[in-house]
Amino acid sequence: MDLSYGPEAEAFRKHVRAFLKTAWTPKDVDRAGMKAFIASFRLQATEAGYLYRSIPKAYGGSEQPADVIRAQVIREEFARARAPMEVAGNGMNMLVPTLLERGSALQKDLFIRPTMAGDYIWGQGYSEPGTGSDLASVRTRGDLVGDKWIINGQKIWTSQGGQATHMFALVRTEPDAGKHDGISYLLIDLNQPGITRRPIRQMTGESGFYEFFFDNAETPAEWIVGNRGEGWNVSRTTLKHERASIGSAAVLGNQFEKLVEVAKEAQRNGRPAIEDPLIRDMLARIECWVMAHRYSSYRIMSHAIADEAPGPVSLMMKLVLTEIGHDIARAAQEIIGEDALLEPESAGSKGRGPEKWLDQIMGSLGNSIAGGTTNIQRNIIAERGLGLPRDFPAEHSK
Amino acid sequence: MRFHPDSDQTAIQDAVFGAVQDALPRDKLMAYLDADADLEPDSWRALMELGLAGMMLSEEAGGSGLGLFEAALCAEALGRSAAPGPMMGQMLAAYALSQTANTAAREAFLQNVACGSVVAGLAFGGNGLAESWDVLHEAGRATGQVRFVASASSAGLFLVGLKGGGLALVEAGEGVAVAPVRSTDRTRKCASVTFRDAPVQILFEGGDLAVQRVIDAALVLIAADALGGAQHCVDLSVAYAQERQQFGQPIAKFQALKHQLANMAMNVEPARALLWYAAYAWDRDLPDASRAAAMAKAHICDRFAEVARDAIAAHGGIGYTWEYGLNIWFRRSVFDKAYLGSPSVHRSRAAGMASW
Ligand SMILES: Cc1cc2nc3c(=O)[nH]c(=O)nc-3n(C[C@H](O)[C@H](O)[C@H](O)COP(=O)(O)OP(=O)(O)OC[C@H]3O[C@@H](n4cnc5c(N)ncnc54)[C@H](O)[C@@H]3O)c2cc1C
Repeated sequence: MDLSYGPEAEAFRKHVRAFLKTAWTPKDVDRAGMKAFIASFRLQATEAGYLYRSIPKAYGGSEQPADVIRAQVIREEFARARAPMEVAGNGMNMLVPTLLERGSALQKDLFIRPTMAGDYIWGQGYSEPGTGSDLASVRTRGDLVGDKWIINGQKIWTSQGGQATHMFALVRTEPDAGKHDGISYLLIDLNQPGITRRPIRQMTGESGFYEFFFDNAETPAEWIVGNRGEGWNVSRTTLKHERASIGSAAVLGNQFEKLVEVAKEAQRNGRPAIEDPLIRDMLARIECWVMAHRYSSYRIMSHAIADEAPGPVSLMMKLVLTEIGHDIARAAQEIIGEDALLEPESAGSKGRGPEKWLDQIMGSLGNSIAGGTTNIQRNIIAERGLGLPRDFPAEHSK
Repeated sequence: MRFHPDSDQTAIQDAVFGAVQDALPRDKLMAYLDADADLEPDSWRALMELGLAGMMLSEEAGGSGLGLFEAALCAEALGRSAAPGPMMGQMLAAYALSQTANTAAREAFLQNVACGSVVAGLAFGGNGLAESWDVLHEAGRATGQVRFVASASSAGLFLVGLKGGGLALVEAGEGVAVAPVRSTDRTRKCASVTFRDAPVQILFEGGDLAVQRVIDAALVLIAADALGGAQHCVDLSVAYAQERQQFGQPIAKFQALKHQLANMAMNVEPARALLWYAAYAWDRDLPDASRAAAMAKAHICDRFAEVARDAIAAHGGIGYTWEYGLNIWFRRSVFDKAYLGSPSVHRSRAAGMASW
């Protein structure tokens, strides 16, 4: 057992640190120039081999050999310097890895660079009004007419739907084939007359997700990833990446730190809440889970380095994250007391005082639905982790 | 970077599990539960032959030169197989003897403890934490009572916590009276031990850092036992769900039960890495070793208690019987949770040691 990364990694860390010291100098940049500065910083960091490591040079990446430890050192050092990593969002987390595995040369050429640059923003077009957990029941239709797909139907709950320029969507193109075999994975430009988007107001008051109406919308015939009818399979690649990105241990660590902060700020019986034995027990109880989750992520990393399968624990990371997220939300609600009655100033603003916790109190619920509900996660643990019989043996569920 | 056991470490763990399975078939274990004896000789001998008691000693001292991490993997195997015996006391007595500056005591006892020819019982007293130890020590003699000492009737030696936080050895015999108590956990039957002017060998004075090391190791080993027990509860429940038929199908097909089983697994699997970290931090003597040990003890013993309850619920009537044997692990979960301090005691300690 050894949690140190070894001398080779520490030498590498020195390089990363030295690079960041000269390249990441946000203090010298004014507000107006920040966007351009970040873009040029990312280019430099890519050239140095620190960002976009899994992406071939031909598509603008740094094409580095897979190295779990180096990737971790980079994450740590970038976080320490508060330097931006890769452009966040569905595009980098889900679409690009899928294209790298299943996309055509043309698709990689067309989409990877602008996605890396943040010029293309992707919505995930899976859910529909009649289709949620039972993802393979999608009904949005795609018909190949000449060299175009003509798309009709509706997608819903699309995160980042406001900014999205493009969508990767599951569309029924083979109505006569079976449930799972009739779906194709299409890429769609969202700015066209055949598409109407509408914001949906979330329980938080913000418009975090959107619905899209397709009325004879079009997309080129070659913007299909994989073959006709293989969309279900292609989407599995994407979901795998989605779960990996949601299960990150740092997220939980940050949430816990914020909880500790609010417990220091909030008062209880005229003293900081954090001095109250009940609150301390609550915090320690949550921290045990946070630690278990963190060390489990080390364990998964250790298996990855050894090129071994980590076993069922990796199937549990998302659910642990959501469940502890709920616990943190409950604890925050207890700690801030009446301050929870104060809504953040305007929809979308994060608020300044303890009321900012409304985001966590409500947002933690979103986590337990998006990317597969907790019931679906339990099915996955039971079926794939414990080897129990499947609910729908002939089918697959999200 | 390596944060999971290697094949050697897994092999040690498997050997321990196998040794108990071989030496103690089920009917023998069941018979032992109702017997008066507080040591089961065959499984104990098998474990001593594997060198478990001295595994944390250096090779010069006749041990295997391994750490608490390996010891915890073994303790996990003992928990999984519900092994009888005071293994924790034996390991810790050997460790304490190897660390003490009291060379006379070391020379007199270390070898016998490390090879298992003398059984050593853990007699900490109070709620298990040094502040609460209450055996008085004066002029080389100890007086006081420790309520729950596992395998005390079979012990030749006791590792005793003294008022003021020191640790001492007391030999069975002069000034030592052992009175068995009805024990919830029949695999680790306890007795109340009364010392009256019993001759002591001081190993560490109160305030010696070694004392906290011994306590922390004890907490990690209990947590490890709990993890193994919890794992067994999950495994047994999953297996039973696939055999048992109701409504014309295996009960494992019912989603409600599947989700109960998934929850049980969620209680166990992520906790494993917390245990590993606590053992690792102890082996490296990291600054957060005590805190990690407290968290592991609090969290994992809580998890075991939950999972043991859930396992019985998942089994139905058969789980509630004596004969089926799940109650062995349920009772072990009661022991692990209570012994050396309840979870909230250790959460409070962990909070006290936190940076927040
Ligand atoms: C914040 C947020 C962001 C989202 N972003 C996106 C996005 O960008 N793109 C996108 O395509 N979708 C997105 N979604 C949609 C999300 O993927 C779905 O909401 C989710 O898969 C559940 O589907 P549903 O809402 O139709 O619920 P349903 O599937 O109708 O589920 C309702 C309830 O029934 C339970 N249930 C359903 N099936 C089963 C079963 N087999 N066994 C046991 N219980 C079951 C569920 O657990 C749930 O409790 C987002 C959702 C949220 C909340």
